This record gives sequence, C-alpha cells and structure tokens, in this order.
Amino acid sequence: MSFLNLTDVSKRFGATVALDRVSLSAEAGEIHAIVGENGSGKSTLMRILAGAIKADSGTMELGGQPYHPHSPIHARKAGIAMIHQELSICGHLSIAENIVLGVEDARGGILKVARIRERAQQALSALGHGDLDPDLPAKSLPLAMQQVVEIARSVAERSRLVILDEPTSSLTEADIEHLFSVMRLLKQSGCTILYISHFLNEIHEICDRLTVLRDGQMVGGREVAGISDEEIVKLMVGRDIDEMYPRSARTPGEPILELDHLAGVEKPHSASLSLRRGEVLGIAGLNGSGRTEMLRAVFGLDKVQSGQIRVASYSGLAGPARRWRQGVGLLSENRKEEGLLLNMSIAENIDMAGLDKVVVSPSQQEARAAKWIETVRVKCQSAHQNVGELSGGNQQKVAIARMLRQDVDVLMMDEPTRGIDVGSKEQIYRLIDELALRGKAVLMVSSYLPELLGTCDRIAVMSKGVLSEPIPVASATQESLMKLAVGQ
Amino acid sequence: MKRFGRLTNLIGLIIALPAIYLFFCWKLPSFRSLDNVETIGRQSVITVLVALGLTYVIVAAGIDLSVGSVVAFSCVAVALAVKAGIAPWIAALIGIGLGTLAGAINGVLITKLRVVPFIVTLGSLSLFRGAAKGLGNEQSVYPQSTWLNNILDALDKGERWKIFPVGVWITIAFAVFTGWVLRYTRFGRHVVAVGSNEQAARLCGVPIDRIKISVYTISGFFAGLAGLMAFSRLTIGDPTTAVGLELDGIAAVVVGGASLNGGEGSILGTVLGALIMETLRSGASQWPLPNWVQEIVIGAIIVMAVALDRFRKK
Repeated sequence: MSFLNLTDVSKRFGATVALDRVSLSAEAGEIHAIVGENGSGKSTLMRILAGAIKADSGTMELGGQPYHPHSPIHARKAGIAMIHQELSICGHLSIAENIVLGVEDARGGILKVARIRERAQQALSALGHGDLDPDLPAKSLPLAMQQVVEIARSVAERSRLVILDEPTSSLTEADIEHLFSVMRLLKQSGCTILYISHFLNEIHEICDRLTVLRDGQMVGGREVAGISDEEIVKLMVGRDIDEMYPRSARTPGEPILELDHLAGVEKPHSASLSLRRGEVLGIAGLNGSGRTEMLRAVFGLDKVQSGQIRVASYSGLAGPARRWRQGVGLLSENRKEEGLLLNMSIAENIDMAGLDKVVVSPSQQEARAAKWIETVRVKCQSAHQNVGELSGGNQQKVAIARMLRQDVDVLMMDEPTRGIDVGSKEQIYRLIDELALRGKAVLMVSSYLPELLGTCDRIAVMSKGVLSEPIPVASATQESLMKLAVGQ
Repeated sequence: MKRFGRLTNLIGLIIALPAIYLFFCWKLPSFRSLDNVETIGRQSVITVLVALGLTYVIVAAGIDLSVGSVVAFSCVAVALAVKAGIAPWIAALIGIGLGTLAGAINGVLITKLRVVPFIVTLGSLSLFRGAAKGLGNEQSVYPQSTWLNNILDALDKGERWKIFPVGVWITIAFAVFTGWVLRYTRFGRHVVAVGSNEQAARLCGVPIDRIKISVYTISGFFAGLAGLMAFSRLTIGDPTTAVGLELDGIAAVVVGGASLNGGEGSILGTVLGALIMETLRSGASQWPLPNWVQEIVIGAIIVMAVALDRFRKK
C-alpha cells in the first residue's frame, strides 16, 4: 500500500473532460514527477488534491485513510502543502510570521514571539537555511528565497505531501540547484513530493518516478531511471493530427518583419526571425517561455531592452498606434480582457484601431462593418449587437476582422484558436491560408502543436526566452518541437 | 539596525515633527509655552482618534470614508442622551456604541455584499450624515452642562501637573494599545496579512471576512469616541460637525507611511502624521497666515511626505 493512492479520479467542466479515470500512487519519501503538455490536466489533478476543487468520481487515500478534501484548509490540516507557481507570501510580514501564518502560537490572541521565531528557525534549519534572520520582512528576500520560506511553511506544519507546481519556471540555474537540495532534505525526512515540471533534465536529476498525463488521461507511470527523454516526450505528445488543415502551395516574398536579437526587460532574452510576405510562421513553446512577450515587445506594449525590430521599410521601436499605421496587427491571447470591448458593438470593435474621423456615425460604421462580418462569417444578428453576446469563436472572428479592416500586412496572432469550437477553428485556419495566399504575413503563436504543423510554413520554438532557428514544417515533428520547447 | 528597523522607516517623521515645532517656536514667542503644547494636544485628539481606526482599515487594504459622518452621528446621540437626563457616562457609552455599530454595518456590507469599501463607505458617508441630521431634527442639540463638557477643557492653573486634560490621556492610551495590538497579537498580524496578500492569507486559513468586519468595527468605535470628544469640545450636538474629517484622517495615515494598497502602516507613524499636520495648522493660524495659505501648505505637505517616502523605499 502506497502512501498516496488515487484511483480512477475524473473531473468534468461542462462538456470538457479535464480528467478521465486518472490513477496515481506515490510512496513516502518519494519525489514523483507529473508531466504533460499544457492543458493535459495536471493542474486540475493538483487542485483536486489541494482541496481547491472536488473530483466528480474516484477515490483518494492518504496514509491508508480515505481522503476527500472539501476545502484548502481541510487539505492543509490533512498534511498537504501546495506551492503554487505564483508564491503566496505576505511581503510585509516577517519571514517567521509568514511561516506560521494562520497557525500562530498565541495565548489569548497575544503572539508568543519567541516561540514563533524558534519554530520558524527550526523549519528553516531543516531546509539548510538556519542562517536566515526570521525577523526580516519577507519582501526583502529574492524570489528563490521566498520560495524556500513557503516550503518552510510546510515543514513547520509537518506536511506529509508537498506539491510543487512548476517551481523552477522563474529561477536561475543556481537557484534551481539550491531548490533541489532543499527538496532532497524534505525527501530524507519522509515527505512525499509531487513535482510538476516541463523540464525533462530536472526530472531526471531529482525525481524517482513519473506519471504522464495526456488529454486528461494517465498514459504512463514508471521509474525515472531507465526511461529516455524520447520516450517521455512520445508519451506526452502521442497523438495524431486529427483535424484537416488547409495549406495551399505558397511562395514567400520579401521579408516584412525582421527581429534581430530582440530582448525584453524580463522576456524574451533573445529572439531573431525574418517573416516574409505570403508566409505563415509558427512560434511553439511552453506557457511562460516568452512567446507572448515577444509579440508585445514588437507591438510596443512591453519595453524593449535591446535588439532591432524592422517592419518593411520602418525600423526602430513604435507604440501600438504607429504599428497599426505601419501595417502590423496584434490578436491578443486574452480575447475577453485585452482583445475586445465586450460591451460595445461589433461595428465599434472592428473600427476601434482605425478611427481617423473625429465624429463617428454609428449607421455608417455599421454599414462598413457588414462587409467584414460577411468576409469572416461572424454569426450575429446585426453589426449593432454587443460582442459580449457572441460565442467565443465568433468573438475571435470579430477580433480578426479588426486586423482585416486595417488591411495590415503583418498579422501577429497569439493563440488564435484558444477556447473556441472546432467549426470556428477550421474557418480561422482557412482564413489564415487565404491571407497568406494574398501576400500577407502571419506570425502565429500556439501551444497546440498539430495546429502549428498543419498551418505553418516554418516553425520556431521559444524556450526559456530564447527563440530557435525556424524549422521548415516538412522536417518538424511534434516530438522534435517538444524537445526544443523543454530545452533538450 | 535590525532592532530599530521599524523606527528607521519613520525617521523622517521623527525628525520633521520637532523641526516644525522648533521652527514655529523660533518665529512665534507664543508658541514656546507648555500651554501651547497642551492646546495642540487638545486640538489633535479628534483627528488622531479617527486616524487610529483608519490605520487598521488602510493596513488591511480597505478605506473608510464614513468616519466624519459617524463622528457627527455619535456627537448628536450623546447630546440627545444627556438632554434626556441619562447619566453622562451612559450617554458617552451610547455614542461610542452607536459609532461601533455603524462601523460593523460598513464591514458586514463590504464582506457580505461584496461591494468595494470605497463605494460602501461613500454611501454610508451620506447615510450616517443624514441619520445625524434626522436625529437632531436638522438642528443642533443643546443639552444641560455635565462633566462630559470638561473632557477636553484647557487645564486650570492648579492642575498644570496633569499636562493634558483627560481626553488627551485617553487618546494617548488608545494609541499605545492599538499600536501594540497591531504589532504583537495574532489579530494585528492577520490585519497586515490580509492587506499584504489576501489570497495568500486565505490559503493559510486566515479568516478574511472576520478580519475585515473587525477593522471597520474598530474604525467605527474610534469615530464614536471621537464624536464624544467633539461633543465635549462643542458642548452641543452639532450634526454638521466633522465634515471632511475622513480626509484629514486618511492624510494622517498616509503621511505616517501607510500605503493605500495595504500591508504597510503603523500607529506611531499615523500619530506623528496627525501631529505634524496639527502643529502646522496651529502655527500657521497663530502666525497668522490666512486660511487659504494654510490649506495650500497642508496639501503640499501631504503629497511631498508620501512622495519622499516612496522615493526612500526605492
């Protein structure tokens, strides 16, 4: 009997199956890796374990006892500590106060300051950080040390299961080594660790066993020793291109968007590419690798640290208004918050980037919009309808129509098919193909590899802020792209 | 250094207050007497009391705009109770109790209706002002004289050894107590945690709603107490008193080093902030500078003090 046993855990969100009969077991004193692509169900599983959401069916056991948490507090009391990618630290409190937050030693509400300091000191020492002054404010620590403070919280509570959700995504190499030594100390004390990471080299270095999730299903669980990176990647990706993607024969023209070692303040670190007219260039990579930041930097939304941007004959930096005039459009990955104005009409949304008149006539605006609604096939009552009332797919078409209305030459699309129905997806793929045939250039960021392989001419991979050389699509496979993305 | 870490945050204020005081002493002979210190103390009481409660609210990343109205409400309530022949000390408790209740209502509305504090207390700013006017039938209430009128009176010659009247001592006692609670009790640390990172605090099991209701209740309690002090000073129940007091209170808290984003702020800073503004006001009116100059100077001080604080923290 293992320490942690999950059997046939399932979870649905509406029509989407997030987890489909997933089983997992981990021993005490084991570091167990959970791997899978974005959206494979890892976080859903971890949130169920940490009591944030409830499973629809299946059984869970912890230390031989049935375990079905109904709240995060309940999970915490049962000995489970979850360390999120975004740290939960109260920066204004001291290190010691953060470690005991919620479980302070107090008599009649008055803190036992000495006892709290001692407990914090013990927890920090157990992680090899007895030298940290527990009275310092937590925000004075660098990020990596704040993470240690959060792990110390689980030590102070004597947690038996610690879940680390992509803990290394914002750490430097040295900090990662450091985190691993902390994890080894936890392991020695008999703690079970579930470790979520995309980075296969980390898994080989620190983990004992691994479980692979794909599309909400468990597709493999085995010892880390003796499994190759190729096998892991194959387990993670392992699906065929199951949709039809139109891709006409295209002949790329002259370069229209060129980046030369572009670096943002945080990300990307270095991105170089040359996008040509009549071409669809895909950008693959993991969430947080710097893909969106690259587009934002080009569009003048984020600061550029160094490097060159050239758009046709223009070179240098420019803000969004100038970029639109230069013929560059951006489709945001965040349709609802950034891409569209949900409580304004379709017509106003389409016109938003290019209002050059001082006085706006709604009737003329709507007449103009009708043409675009026709072109991109938005299903709606009239151009007067609010965008917020449309389905996700139709909203996305409105956002694309805005770029067409501006007649831009470079279309930067960030996750253009995220969260939309299959029918709309196909229409968007066809539209991208038509645009490329008409000599437009498309830069498409996507986390869905089959879609990139199906629509693009070349694909570059962003990994930890560095953009690879683009690979012609004929010589790219899901496996090779995934390997580049996880930094092999 | 570590031991005095918190004081170094306030070093600017600790230097500024005596500097401003000495500046006026140099310019104005009348400023040099102990009487004048007493006067500044008496004049600061209402702002300081309100600002004590506001410190809790602002450290927890909230805001309470209704305190001025609650002061008026409590002031009228005390006057009416005295007029009705109720024992003065019970009348005082009624005023404080109603203020506390008003704060609790704010807190419950904010947490249960999930409406942001700015809006809820903007509404109750008008609501409690209206209630104060209704209570007094749209005019001031003139009760008979009791010992409540003397809480903030200037001391007689024979009582010089007391330095301040009892109302000032009560305020000092509450300042020390609230400062201690914020620093050394579980409740106080939870207030800071909620203001610093509410999500993190929730994950750690801090009862967020209870903390929020508590801080608004505390703010109401101090507004009620300030209402009693206002009554003592005016000797009548004036429903139009303390208009705009909430802004003086908020100014004292932020000049004292608090951030409106929560997590930061201390009682000592708040008290220093309030005293700096009251000293300036007192000095400027004894100079005498016209009222409009005073207002410009105070406004400039608020922005400069906070800007300097941000600059120092960078």
